[in-house]
Amino acid sequence: MNAPTASPVPPPVVEIHDLTVAYRRKPVLWGVDLTIGPGKLVGIIGPNGAGKSTLIKACMGLVPTQGGWVRFWGRPFGEVGSRVGYVPQRETVDWDFPVSVMDVVLMGRYGRIGLFRRPSRADREAARACLEQVELLPYADRQISNLSGGQQQRVFLARALAQEAEVYFMDEPFAGVDAATEASIVSVLRTLRDRGCTLFVVHHDLPTARQYFDHLLLLNLNVVAFGPTAEVFTAELLQRTYGGRLTLLSEVAQALGAQGGPR
Amino acid sequence: MKAGRETRGGGGSRRRWGAARVATAVLAAALLLPWAHAAAPAGPDGEGLAQVWRFLRLEDAAVRHVVWGTLLLGGTCGLLGGFMVVRRMALVGDALSHAVLPGVAAGFLWNMSRDPVAILVGATVAGLVGTAFVSALCRTTRLKEDAALGLVLASFFAVGLCLLSIIQRLPAANAAGLSHFLFGQAAAIGPADLRVMAIVAGVVVLFVVALYKELVAVSFDAAFARSQGLPAAFVHHAFMFLLAASVVIALQAVGVVLVSALLVTPAATAYLLTRRLSRLLVYAALLGAVAGLGGAFLSFLGPGLPTGPLIVLVASATFGGAVLFGTREGWLVRFWRQRAGVGQTRRENTLKSMYHVAEREGFAHAGITLEELATRRRQTVEEVRALGAELHRHGMARLERDLLSFTPEGRRRAGEIVRNHRLWELYLTRSANFAPDHVHDHAEKIEHVLGEAAVRELERRLDHARRDPHGSVIPSAADLERSNWGEPGGRAR
Repeated sequence: MNAPTASPVPPPVVEIHDLTVAYRRKPVLWGVDLTIGPGKLVGIIGPNGAGKSTLIKACMGLVPTQGGWVRFWGRPFGEVGSRVGYVPQRETVDWDFPVSVMDVVLMGRYGRIGLFRRPSRADREAARACLEQVELLPYADRQISNLSGGQQQRVFLARALAQEAEVYFMDEPFAGVDAATEASIVSVLRTLRDRGCTLFVVHHDLPTARQYFDHLLLLNLNVVAFGPTAEVFTAELLQRTYGGRLTLLSEVAQALGAQGGPR
Repeated sequence: MKAGRETRGGGGSRRRWGAARVATAVLAAALLLPWAHAAAPAGPDGEGLAQVWRFLRLEDAAVRHVVWGTLLLGGTCGLLGGFMVVRRMALVGDALSHAVLPGVAAGFLWNMSRDPVAILVGATVAGLVGTAFVSALCRTTRLKEDAALGLVLASFFAVGLCLLSIIQRLPAANAAGLSHFLFGQAAAIGPADLRVMAIVAGVVVLFVVALYKELVAVSFDAAFARSQGLPAAFVHHAFMFLLAASVVIALQAVGVVLVSALLVTPAATAYLLTRRLSRLLVYAALLGAVAGLGGAFLSFLGPGLPTGPLIVLVASATFGGAVLFGTREGWLVRFWRQRAGVGQTRRENTLKSMYHVAEREGFAHAGITLEELATRRRQTVEEVRALGAELHRHGMARLERDLLSFTPEGRRRAGEIVRNHRLWELYLTRSANFAPDHVHDHAEKIEHVLGEAAVRELERRLDHARRDPHGSVIPSAADLERSNWGEPGGRAR
């Protein structure tokens, strides 16, 4: 399709090849293939248990894989980890942990600070800028136990921003967040994309998935479809992704109907 | 504005800590003094008092060993315990401390003597094997961590007990000191033990200071730390290794059964006193050292007093002090706040009833009779007389014989409460679609806690409506300023 160019083609930002993951011998991801370039905002959607979280954890080497490989800019994760950012699910940490918002955001700098060293003034400034971006600067000195769900989610986003990465994996950054916060998070994600970052975002809501992301990865144990949203968000592909789940199907139908798509 | 808030916050927590510190010190003193008194006359010829003097002068080498030993082991356990508690690993500490016992026996069997280094190595290895078993059980079976911990704890402890009882029957063995590992005896700490303790404590402090950032990151969010390339596995395993080593150095003074309390209790106390991790760790280490020293001192006062239980009791007493007197969420503070709230609500309800009586009479009279109030509240005259007297004491009303009249302050507050009640009722029916007969009980609670800012907002949203859903007038701010009803200077009855 693409005409060959004279200059050597740079390796893709992320390339996943035949990735397979199993928990206690039960496969949760099977032969995932995917290649993507810079500046893309990718939504990962699929039913519960489809392996969405597992996929992004496997990409960062957080779960053992049974086969296949993941390369970033043609190199394994271990060599380029500092250029990859992560927003885990909000429930994975104890929000009663005795640290402040600022402390958590600074943790995003730890990867680049290096062992035995303390965060510098520059790191603090960077963390403040990230808090400003998610509109949490006035909360910098608050204990994290005093935050609402939406604020917790934005703290995690600010921590990821502090990583100053080029590829981001975000696990349900919109879970338990009100509409206004969701809109502000989306605008942060778009800013990152426009700067050339590639973002993978696990998402649950189909109607908004269509609005938010320019690429979609439909996942159910393996890749059902991956491509530009306009091409992939079709009734047939969504039905294949979600199987016979009636409630979700009706949701899909509604989402397509609202957009004037095929019925 | 920002800076102002920071300063206030900092000052507040300093004050809170100050108060809590005084409270705990008082409690600790209260606990120590009777002991000292009881012990002093106990020995013949004031031997107890002599023991106190001997302990305090630190001239005796044995006493110095005990003092340094308990300070070191208490501080070390407190420091690592702080991390343990914020990581919700308290039960791991319990399992670890029991799992080391077979290692103690093995270390003894190594060269048939109580060699501290051999015992440290053996016990630490046993502890780590125990925790490795726990994580292997969690990974490979459907068992959850609590069951795995309980199982490993009991099995390892049983093996240790068997080995110890066998050792004590061995003809060649000089097993005299081994029973100390069960219940603890600080007096048994010798110079060789002290050297091992100092080394372990030094390594622990160095580890925490050098890798503080990584420890915190791994404790808070291990997956994120790993995704950044931090050496999460190394930090975790090093932490578990040092935890095991700290448990082992505390064993001799505290005993296997209770050593986990030295990990948990000072850290739990610190957890109640602060919400900053760095402070929490310092407090936990200090409280651990205080508990160690206090327990050693108490056990010194009489023959046969076991150090371990006394160390744990001192730690528990400081914890009890923090629970009772902690200014952040102590029981006393809570009880006080709640009591104050109950009294205020009762007085405000009396004022509201007075307002209702006065309102029905068109605010024509300066005072209302107790009779009228009793009818309104469906209470006896004697009951409302007590309520009136309470208002009198608080300067909200004047009670003269059977006549109750508002003071200016009481009149203002009564108007505010009625206004809050009626505003809230109107808000619920208009904006939250409550039926008019459903709103009273909600308003009864909310009227006492609505602040002025919330009232302004409600008035704005309700377009300064004048009447509540039941048709009664909502007193406005101007009404509260203007009317002089209910004052003694008004029309007398």
